[in-house]
Amino acid sequence: MQGMMIARAKELLQDGTVNRVLGWQAGEFAYDITPAVFETAEELDAGFVYNAFCGNNLSKYLIKETKKDGKVLVFLKPCDTYSFNQLLTEHRFDREKVYAIGIPCEGKTSGEMLKAKGVSGITGIDEDGDSITVHTVYGDQGFNRSDVLEERCLTCKSKKHVAYDELIGEDGEVLDSHRFDMVAKLEAMTPDERFAFWRSQLSKCIRCNACRNVCPACSCEKCVFDNPESGIAQKAAADSFEENMFQIIRAFHVAGRCTDCGECSRA
Amino acid sequence: MLKISLSKIQDLFAAIAADEALYIPADHAGQPEFMRWEAGMQMADALNTVRSAKDFFFPQTENLVTFKMQGQKIDIIDPRSETEDFVVFGVRACDVRSFSILDRVFLVDPVDSYYENRRKHGTIVSMACSKPAETCFCHSFGIDAAEPEGDAVCWKTEDALYIRANTEKGEKLIEKLRPVLEEADDAPVKAQQEQTRAIQEKLPLNSFTTEKFGGDVLLKVFNSDKWASLSEACLGCGTCTFVCPTCQCYDIRDFKTGSGVQRFRCWDSCMYSDFTLMASGNPRTSQKERFRQRFMHKLVYFPANNDGIYGCVGCGRCLSKCPISMNIVKVAKCLEGEL
Repeated sequence: MQGMMIARAKELLQDGTVNRVLGWQAGEFAYDITPAVFETAEELDAGFVYNAFCGNNLSKYLIKETKKDGKVLVFLKPCDTYSFNQLLTEHRFDREKVYAIGIPCEGKTSGEMLKAKGVSGITGIDEDGDSITVHTVYGDQGFNRSDVLEERCLTCKSKKHVAYDELIGEDGEVLDSHRFDMVAKLEAMTPDERFAFWRSQLSKCIRCNACRNVCPACSCEKCVFDNPESGIAQKAAADSFEENMFQIIRAFHVAGRCTDCGECSRA
Repeated sequence: MLKISLSKIQDLFAAIAADEALYIPADHAGQPEFMRWEAGMQMADALNTVRSAKDFFFPQTENLVTFKMQGQKIDIIDPRSETEDFVVFGVRACDVRSFSILDRVFLVDPVDSYYENRRKHGTIVSMACSKPAETCFCHSFGIDAAEPEGDAVCWKTEDALYIRANTEKGEKLIEKLRPVLEEADDAPVKAQQEQTRAIQEKLPLNSFTTEKFGGDVLLKVFNSDKWASLSEACLGCGTCTFVCPTCQCYDIRDFKTGSGVQRFRCWDSCMYSDFTLMASGNPRTSQKERFRQRFMHKLVYFPANNDGIYGCVGCGRCLSKCPISMNIVKVAKCLEGEL
């Protein structure tokens, strides 16, 4: 897949359809992928990757990218295309300046997911179909993709692309994802249990704003929490409940516009 | 060298907690964090906590002073009081080193009395690493993960916890714990240390160094055209700064209480758009400049002002936690070619 993507990106750069490519760049280890803009065939050959660790949703970067000159090529996984459409509906980027290629996704994992399985000292990772072999200084460990999928991918709602100029690979179907199973569980709780559940979950928050900044639905020019004039700029909370309020307010703000890309859960 | 069997570790914790607060790395809603020990609380095996141990001395928020107004009268209430004695147990070598970096900021004239108060009352018991990760690079800063600093230092083997004092404070603590400890041969510790150092040599960041950076290359690094592409994907969140054991920038703000003012300080992040915002505006107008600031501070400004000591301890948290996987290692490797 990666080879086909690079080849197609080179063609589109060559024929002038686009002047740059928004994709994913290899890192120091096998899993620390960074979103990046590639401007030449050489840059694509040197650093472009697409693998099980390319979890970043690139659609939000289009807000910034389409303010620049020329057309940008972007690669979108099925869930990214839902964010793409939502951002388009909200007139957040210029569709005319984007060439979108839909690419298939078998579900993503991450360094953190592997570490949660007790893996450490990673020196390399091989993917072969659904099997993932992690090489470490402590020995090799093998996993099935389904064992290390991120939570958001375990409840993937769709393998179908809802926006693109062209597709690479076969398009998938909307899935029966069981993504509301947890909601049903929460609804079945007593109010006290539910309160305790949320207080525990939200107590993990360190107010780093990563969930907000990575979220394609959080695209306000100036977030109310960052605005010293708003009166509720909240670098510090008065108590642990006020701390939790950030999450609650954010959830209410994006409810109805969230497309379930799951970037917040990854961040 | 003294030791205690791992099966009796709760006795050790109880002995420490008998007359002071004890914090250990433990499970907090599925994540390893330092938690106040209560009987039965198990120590987490994780290499590092999500948040660093700096919180104990430099908490995320703290009240500095309260102004209470009644008519024309203003009461100034100082919230400072002597901190309770506490022990932070199981601090890794990287985090322990971060305290001496923070000391260079908070304990120089004018001394930060809030920080000093906590430092005075805190005893650090470090924990040697035996299973370093690929994100570890503490050795780049002369830190030995197998022989951490700290008031006392521990090594955990298969069946026992070995402990030794490094400072007077540590000796005092160990004297108190003497009834639950037994004399031990240090051979198992030496064996573990050798093994840990051998593992480190195989880790991908073993040869990583920041030695080309420092005050001498200030303008060269500052003016590099690489900053644009390095910062391109940065989301401007504060994850790297909040999980970092050495990031020490803070903001001081006033909160209107209705009957006065609560002046507090809280962690700030150079990644934020209102960082160092002043009446004339923000000196760093785009994410590129904010991003650059963080690495200039750690690799250039801090060593320039602190005898060549870098503002990083190689704990690897920013490598693991950044949502776009951009970090000090990638930045330093990208820029060092120009130096």
